[in-house]
Amino acid sequence: MMTLKVNGHDHQIDAEPDTPLLYVLRDDLKLNAAKFGCGLGQCGSCTVIVDGKAVLSCVTPLVLLEGKQVTTLEGLGTVAQPAPIQRAFMEEQAAQCGYCIAGMMMRAQALLQRIPKPTDEQIRAELAPHLCRCGTHMRILRAVHRAARLMDTAELAPADQRSAQ
Amino acid sequence: MNAPVLDRRQLLQGSGALIVSFSLTDAFAQDQAPPAGAPAPKPPGSLATSPYLDSWIRIDADGGITVFTGKAELGQGFKTAFQQIAAEELDVPFASLKVVTADTKLTANEGYTAGSHSTQDSGAAIQHAAAQARALLVAEAARRLDASPENLRTDSGAVIAPDGRRLTYGELVANDMLHVQAKPSSKLKDPATFKVMGQPIPRVDIPAKVTGGLAYVQDLRLPDMVHARLVRPPSYGAQLTDCDTASVEKLPGVVKVVRDGNFLAVVAKKEFQAVKAMQALSLAAKWKETAQLPKQDDLLSVLTTELQSKDFAIFDRSNPAVTGHKTIEATYTRPYQSHGSIGPSCAVAQLVDGAMTVWTHTQGVYPDRAAIAEMLRVPPASVRLIHVEGSGCYGHNGADDVAGDAALIARALPGTPVRVQWMREQEHGWEPYGPAMVTKLKASIGDDGKIADWNFAVWSNTHSMRPGGAGSLLAAQHMAQPFAVPEAKPLPLPEGGGDRNAIPIYTFPNAHVMHHFLPDMPIRISAMRGLGAYHNVFSIESFMDELAKLAGADPVEFRLKHLDDARGREVIEKAAEGFGWRKGQQASRDRGYGFAFARYKNLAAYCAIASEVEVNRETGRARLVRAVAAVDSGQVVNPDGLTNQIEGAIVQSASWTLYERVTFDQSRITSIDWQTYPILRFDAVPEKIEVHIINRPGKPFLGSGETGQGPAAAALANAIANATGKRLRNLPLTRKRIKDAIDA
Repeated sequence: MMTLKVNGHDHQIDAEPDTPLLYVLRDDLKLNAAKFGCGLGQCGSCTVIVDGKAVLSCVTPLVLLEGKQVTTLEGLGTVAQPAPIQRAFMEEQAAQCGYCIAGMMMRAQALLQRIPKPTDEQIRAELAPHLCRCGTHMRILRAVHRAARLMDTAELAPADQRSAQ
Repeated sequence: MNAPVLDRRQLLQGSGALIVSFSLTDAFAQDQAPPAGAPAPKPPGSLATSPYLDSWIRIDADGGITVFTGKAELGQGFKTAFQQIAAEELDVPFASLKVVTADTKLTANEGYTAGSHSTQDSGAAIQHAAAQARALLVAEAARRLDASPENLRTDSGAVIAPDGRRLTYGELVANDMLHVQAKPSSKLKDPATFKVMGQPIPRVDIPAKVTGGLAYVQDLRLPDMVHARLVRPPSYGAQLTDCDTASVEKLPGVVKVVRDGNFLAVVAKKEFQAVKAMQALSLAAKWKETAQLPKQDDLLSVLTTELQSKDFAIFDRSNPAVTGHKTIEATYTRPYQSHGSIGPSCAVAQLVDGAMTVWTHTQGVYPDRAAIAEMLRVPPASVRLIHVEGSGCYGHNGADDVAGDAALIARALPGTPVRVQWMREQEHGWEPYGPAMVTKLKASIGDDGKIADWNFAVWSNTHSMRPGGAGSLLAAQHMAQPFAVPEAKPLPLPEGGGDRNAIPIYTFPNAHVMHHFLPDMPIRISAMRGLGAYHNVFSIESFMDELAKLAGADPVEFRLKHLDDARGREVIEKAAEGFGWRKGQQASRDRGYGFAFARYKNLAAYCAIASEVEVNRETGRARLVRAVAAVDSGQVVNPDGLTNQIEGAIVQSASWTLYERVTFDQSRITSIDWQTYPILRFDAVPEKIEVHIINRPGKPFLGSGETGQGPAAAALANAIANATGKRLRNLPLTRKRIKDAIDA
């Protein structure tokens, strides 16, 4: 049994220490956003934020996360009160099937926390570990730029979002 | 997504008043009487096969409206588009109705969600069913208000009389009012009055997808659900000779090992326990391998000489008066390519009191149900398939197979819901790929600079091995009493399979097209976005550029010279204009311009694409810099949805065209993850993509989901040829091949 801090809340986790964080999030905590894509760290769909950094949850064992703060897409906002990154992806309609989107959004969120106004080149470089098969890349890039603008307009971020910083 | 426990009868019981309108039903029946001697005209789209209006539209006494489609949302956004269509023709606010997608218990049997047919088939059915439902409601209001229907109008879910009296749809609906067969034609709204259709309404599925809502079958969590993982054979046809399951069954959380012949799976309480148990089971399993795969580097001779073909002359036009004097020929090849879904296939199945329910991202709930029922040797009525969205599939990926896997495992654990998800290497290694293809072209140019004769031959497997019978499912093939893989059949024209878009849309005085159908499938294959059209359009449109060069003509001008189709010409002109295409244009150093055009299947949406590419001469790396597309898909339902599809087609096709090839050795598939099967990443994403839509108000919907694949490939290849002076004809156009061509 270990304590895992996810989206600002402590959870008692009864899983073997080698269990990748992704399975803990999906199976133990019933969170949908982080997705299984490859289990190999090749596609990025499982990306979450750990202590402000984008992390591939499918290759990060639980044992490494003691005392760290994990943030998933659920921790950023809701449909009713979306975080800027979520609002931006909705406004740009930046999805087709959308399976890869949650991971992309988390890495973009980590980037925007670090660099509030990234260049297009910085965004492309940052998203390099992520695959999208529907070919929605153009919209994803636009959405990240839009999120940067939204964050800049003094949007009050939801409380959970601050825990990611 | 669909609620797990929705029953059509319960739904119908919930609907309104009990007034039966015999007169109206009769009036409809009267209209349907065909003229003597003529075949009965059929109502549009899928109404032809599911004619009852209440198969499509249900209106409750409280005014709630549900639209039913037998098609599956795959990320194309048509759930939103259908809601727009229904809202428009019913004259109700967009948000006031909901759409239920493919479910064998609730929706019409619309076969597969494939071939860019959804809006053509289901969209048209919903449009006409909605229009006819509205007419019935107006007629009923006219009766009750003692008014003439012509004097009544509809607005926001009510029928309104000139004096202001109004009756809501909920008040008007009678229990079986919509249980009437559709008329062959409907009085549709004037497109000039559209309020919802034609608008870029935001997709209904995106909010859940960007907030971690329940959006995919992968997210389903039923009470007491367990997790299963499979151990697949190492190669096609491998036999499981020995497997000590006892030690695996003792592992933490393991509920059961399920073995049936060569089908092997393990079930555990928690998901990662299942993964670990799968790894242990995989080590314990001993296989005898027999597969002999063709030579990957010699697919040209494998397809054109080693495999037996059935030959069909599918197009012949002769005009001996016209002859050419400059002749060229060329051969183009395409390797096996993977759908490459980002989320491996997944399904949840549960057997309760002899009834099997499967939640699945299949593209065809009815055909897949038939296959699963046959595999389980139970009547189809005892199996229910409910579509829940999965990761994008782009054709027949592992979706149907994993639904079969889940059903077979759930049968061994009665009462317990079982979730199965494939591992990455299973999706890459076992999905049915897009088939390898070869095309050979030969054509002559006459004195007038026009093509005088045209010869085209294509060698290909079928492009659909979808269920179709239990034998299409991996689980059924691997069982102790296996089902044989069904015999492959060529898909019939005019849509075609390997010969899809093999017949040129251009007008040539002499033209001959051969389809060499290859029944034997050494590699597991099935439908992939665009089917044969991807390679055939790549070949035709590359060759058109080769011929334009031979004729000393501009590629756009050369195409227009051979095209009679007015809508096609307009699409070409629009793309050229948007791109800034100029005759005699010269790209800057290391850059090139390319153009291509097709009408998908020669009967669906038109698409022309102009591309600019940058080629690094040192490395051979080609990058799509920008693309400008023009598309005509008839009446546009949601312009942003259409744009999204075309943008995606351009990027996905660039990935197929530049990088992708399934690899294998003598017995095993060796491209089993994103390292061994690389696809396009962000560093190769274009700077700009522009999509110009030519809307055709009031014209039939033309499927557009696949129309971009072929033109995007050829425009890219033509741009590379323009940049390098070298023509590449073997897909994919890899860095090495481009570099070798430059150095040659």
